[in-house]
Amino acid sequence: MQVSSSIRDPLITGGKTVKDVSHDISRHVENKPANLWYLAMAISVSLLAYGLYCVWMVLWNGIGMWGLNKTVGWAWDITNFVWWVGIGHAGTLISAILLLFRQKWRMSINRAAEAMTIFAVICAASFPLIHMGRLWLGFYWALPLPNAFGSLWVNFNSPLLWDVFAISTYFTVSLVFWYIGLIPDFAVIRDRAVVQGNNLRAAIYNALSFGWQGGAKTWMRYESVALILAGLSTPLVLSVHTIVSMDFATSVIPGWHTTIFPPYFVAGAIFSGFAMVLTLLIVTRRVFKLEDYITIYHIELMNIIIIVTGSIVGIAYITELFIAWYSGVEYEGYAFYNRVSGPYAWAYWSMMTCNVISPQLFWVKKIRTSIVATFVLSIVVNIGMWFERFVIIVTSLHRDYVPSSWTMFHPTMYDIGEYLFTFGLFFTAFFLFAKFFPVINMAEVKSIVKSSSEKTNQDASH
Amino acid sequence: MAHQVTVAEEQYVFRPETKRKLFILLAVGVVLLVLGLFMAMRSSGHDEHGGGHAVKAAEQLVASADASAASEGHEAGGHAETATWLKRLYTTLWMNNVFFAGLGIIGLFFITIQYAAQAGWSAGVKRVPLAMASWIPIAGILMLVLWFLTHHDIFHWTHSSLYAEGADFDPIINKKAPFFFWPLAGGTFPIFFIARMVIFFGVWYWFLLQIRKNMLAEDIHAGTSYWHKNQVLSTVFLIFFGVSSSVAAWDWVMSIDTHWFSTMFGWYVFASWWVTGLATITLIVASLKSAGYLKIVNSNHLHDLGKFIFAFSIFWTYIWFSQFMLIYYANIPEETVYFIERIKNSPYSWIFYTNLILNFVLPFLLLMTRDAKRQLSTLKLVTPIIIVGHWFDFYNMVTPGVMQHEGGLGFMEIGVALIFMAVFLLVVLTSLSKVPLIGKNHPMLEESLHHHI
Repeated sequence: MQVSSSIRDPLITGGKTVKDVSHDISRHVENKPANLWYLAMAISVSLLAYGLYCVWMVLWNGIGMWGLNKTVGWAWDITNFVWWVGIGHAGTLISAILLLFRQKWRMSINRAAEAMTIFAVICAASFPLIHMGRLWLGFYWALPLPNAFGSLWVNFNSPLLWDVFAISTYFTVSLVFWYIGLIPDFAVIRDRAVVQGNNLRAAIYNALSFGWQGGAKTWMRYESVALILAGLSTPLVLSVHTIVSMDFATSVIPGWHTTIFPPYFVAGAIFSGFAMVLTLLIVTRRVFKLEDYITIYHIELMNIIIIVTGSIVGIAYITELFIAWYSGVEYEGYAFYNRVSGPYAWAYWSMMTCNVISPQLFWVKKIRTSIVATFVLSIVVNIGMWFERFVIIVTSLHRDYVPSSWTMFHPTMYDIGEYLFTFGLFFTAFFLFAKFFPVINMAEVKSIVKSSSEKTNQDASH
Repeated sequence: MAHQVTVAEEQYVFRPETKRKLFILLAVGVVLLVLGLFMAMRSSGHDEHGGGHAVKAAEQLVASADASAASEGHEAGGHAETATWLKRLYTTLWMNNVFFAGLGIIGLFFITIQYAAQAGWSAGVKRVPLAMASWIPIAGILMLVLWFLTHHDIFHWTHSSLYAEGADFDPIINKKAPFFFWPLAGGTFPIFFIARMVIFFGVWYWFLLQIRKNMLAEDIHAGTSYWHKNQVLSTVFLIFFGVSSSVAAWDWVMSIDTHWFSTMFGWYVFASWWVTGLATITLIVASLKSAGYLKIVNSNHLHDLGKFIFAFSIFWTYIWFSQFMLIYYANIPEETVYFIERIKNSPYSWIFYTNLILNFVLPFLLLMTRDAKRQLSTLKLVTPIIIVGHWFDFYNMVTPGVMQHEGGLGFMEIGVALIFMAVFLLVVLTSLSKVPLIGKNHPMLEESLHHHI
């Protein structure tokens, strides 16, 4: 028997029944998309097309099209890479870690968050791939494959190679996890299509659901698979950003080499991931009228995660600053002095404002339960997290050990174009997902309709 | 609710037999300590050579051991040298107090996390960490007293000659002076350091008193208002704890190796404290269960505690590995000296590896299966391993920085640990016996009773 304490807020409002759940969520797959959807798709595809042009130019002419120089050999490419990978943390965190912690509120948001994760990881992967220059040789640069290039072999000591393994494993498991979750829901859409007499849709969704029949034995096996995948995903989700942080922290560049990086990057990744989930879901719940499933309470809880992770990141910033001073290492001290007051100080203070100060507004209940404020702040957080990576990467590099090499970084239209390319890719994929796949995990939400809906709580209090 | 399960009121009775056992433990500790002191004093003749030997050994570590060789130099010149046996005693007292202070603090941290996260499963076990937290004021007073007693031996930075021009002047430590001495000048009285210590313990204790008051009031006057009050208090505590736990780790542990630094260190100490605290809570819960108490706690709740221990053993290892690997990989002498000193010298070397076996390998393997986390017998096997393992962890954080190459692990250290353990348990169990063992009006109790995983 499931019991919910009376002090818990309901997770489903509007007195929904199991049947309502199927209907409210499946109908977006069944109905024709709204005009707004076509407009959104048109914008995304245009961005994607322009981005593809820029990517093509870079691939054709080489990395010189970017604004990199001898001193700043990494800039927007890796900033955007880390930014997207970070965003790609929320989905699996919600579906795996919150599952282990039995947080039922994850059920309404996990599907969309996982989809977002997968698209974000694809966007992230595009940056190192393009940075390889000769993409068609990329397999040999990145994978330990026997080859005819003489001594060419991957460098197992390089964290960049660990990245390849970590991210590809993470992507695979996230994709499988997400798809496994979709199977029973595809079957629901198929069953409805059969009733509605739409044979084509029934056939497609039947194939997508692998002919799911939903017998008790099948459900039993299904649940063990989900649990195993959750167990696998948990270390994976933590390992990915840990290894991304090691791309920097294993070096001896002041501002990069610091031991707190792994957990601090993971916290920052969760922080930005939740911000992106909020940005997307606030729009989705409104457009698809899912306010009874993704309630204000869900938004409030996600905002609390943002406060916690934002504050952890804040403690890490302060720790870094303190140790830069306490250590007495001149280079480290200068790197931070330069961050705070050098030519990129505007980036540093943008980061501080967006990441550490602005999330503290969520301590006010009125703000964290306000849709508009949450939407604005979720975007502010992601701007801040972009600046965080920019600050770490560019401000540490642009002041070389040799002052004659000191320089600035200026992005070209191809740096910008490739960033736009990933936005186009991300939103195109997300809008396709929102149209053709159920955006909320129906099977899981149905399991809490009885215990956590508004109706039950009212019954209990009478 | 659909139906009520009646909860029998329980009161822990601190029986004379248990007390006697603890006093025997205390007596054994005292005997071992006296024996250890006697043995250490006897071998003090050897020590005079030992000192010179240590300097030589440090020099052999060439540039990488620069810092420690320098510190030996400081001590040789000017200060009245404390006998090695006394230094050993001071070190182990300080180390044990930091370790057990952590258990008290984690008691409070565990409770506040339960409130902040609206956890339901733990409603039945909360009185155990509450009792553990009653150690906080004692740890605070001990910390202050021990600091005044031992600071010249434990904290290298307290020597005023480091800040004055002369042979002992240390430009690196001189730069750090404001962190300890502000607003006074370096080498005077470390008012900032002491103020932090007093404020941290004072604020932690204040929060404990408030939260405990509400928990006990809830037993008498039912209602959810106390729970909500505690949720607010817990949140504020957690903010304070987030900063103070890191600073405390820098102050009480990292500053012992005054030259060395690591941004991870605050979270490393926290991870060690946290998993030890979880193991201690679980061990006490399991023992109470075996003694027939805590009827509402069943294998589902044990499973959760077991999962916590399993997960945070891995978390500690993650933090350990991240710190070690990044320092090893970058290979900067100022940073690697910390690990070189610990890997290459006795007895730190075997403790360095034992630490990983006791705190990662064994809990990881022993708690891997679902059944293992649900059995009292396995939990009672694994939790002492973790507690002892992290005692070694703290030993290796503190001792090498103070004792250099003269550190020992013998009757003295074991004796002091047993004394701390016995007194800690006497205080905690007395505190536990004074309040009902279960908060019968806890708003999450019903959830906890129906908790099936």
